[in-house]
Amino acid sequence: MPELWLLVFACAAGTYLWRGLGVLLSGRIKVDSELFNWIACVAYAMVAGLVMRIIAMPTGMLAQSPLVDRVAACALALVAYYMSRRNLFVGVCSGVAALIVSGYLRSL
Amino acid sequence: MSLQDSGYRLGMVEALGVPAAVLGAGFIGYGSLAAESGYSIWLTVVATITIWALPGQLILIEMQAVHASAVAIVLAVVFSGARFLPMTMSLMPVMHDPRRSRLTGYLAALLIAMTSWAAAMRRSPDLPRPQRLPYFIGFAGTCVAVSAACAVIGHYLAGAFPPLLRIGFAFLTPVYFFVILIGDVRTRLAALALVCGALAGPLFYLVNAQWSVLLAGFVGGTVAYLIQRWSRRTHA
Repeated sequence: MPELWLLVFACAAGTYLWRGLGVLLSGRIKVDSELFNWIACVAYAMVAGLVMRIIAMPTGMLAQSPLVDRVAACALALVAYYMSRRNLFVGVCSGVAALIVSGYLRSL
Repeated sequence: MSLQDSGYRLGMVEALGVPAAVLGAGFIGYGSLAAESGYSIWLTVVATITIWALPGQLILIEMQAVHASAVAIVLAVVFSGARFLPMTMSLMPVMHDPRRSRLTGYLAALLIAMTSWAAAMRRSPDLPRPQRLPYFIGFAGTCVAVSAACAVIGHYLAGAFPPLLRIGFAFLTPVYFFVILIGDVRTRLAALALVCGALAGPLFYLVNAQWSVLLAGFVGGTVAYLIQRWSRRTHA
């Protein structure tokens, strides 16, 4: 699918734009301006919105698990993360394991 | 061993610990997601190396799943990468070495992402200046290599396991971001943006799935920004 490759390269070029611009502008303008604050807000909100939507209303494989299991697994992942002194690996693995185990228990 | 070689080595060794494990988990999730979405193994790997931003890669795949237009997808992916501008601007002066050309900076910038940026910002002050860029390249290059390998593993795992485990792999990426976003909040503004985005994401999805990522980002992010400005003014 050539269109798919083209799309990936357009996304790659667009993402590099910020990195390249960062090299160009480094040392020339201030990082903590109001415009940067707003851009950071939009970028954060966009990723948070997508992740929340995937957890609440997933497409594909994930749609086969019940909502309550996904929410409980996320909560457990967060608890495991803080209890392991902020170890992201422990948190993520606990969440995934919780969803697999709950799915297995439901299938019994 | 020269100072530079030891810089590369130090970066590689430090990347092959918790950073590699965390990224590996994230990219196994991405690889299986890409496989479920019909990406070939080559496209999965090339997207990882060229885009090199997991949120952007997730947006790309999820928006294609709801048949969003190419323009909307590219706009959303590009905007989600906006964090690289302030990150690159703050990292470049730290690594600056007058004996290197500006081109080196542009090439090194290809490797900038959250994990390697944080490591280089934290480590550079302890290192002599000629060693800083090699350290970053060693660290970030290792991250890219591990992530690409794990994306391949994830792509393979997606088809090889029973549905129950595949659901688990599909859950890797969202839960990874769920924990990293909440666990990494440092400012009140970031927390506000997260909450507004988390509310706006599902809401806009119900209104218009194709444009929801972009709309939720702009509306949620702008509302968060305005709330912060407004509350600062009333408290000041």
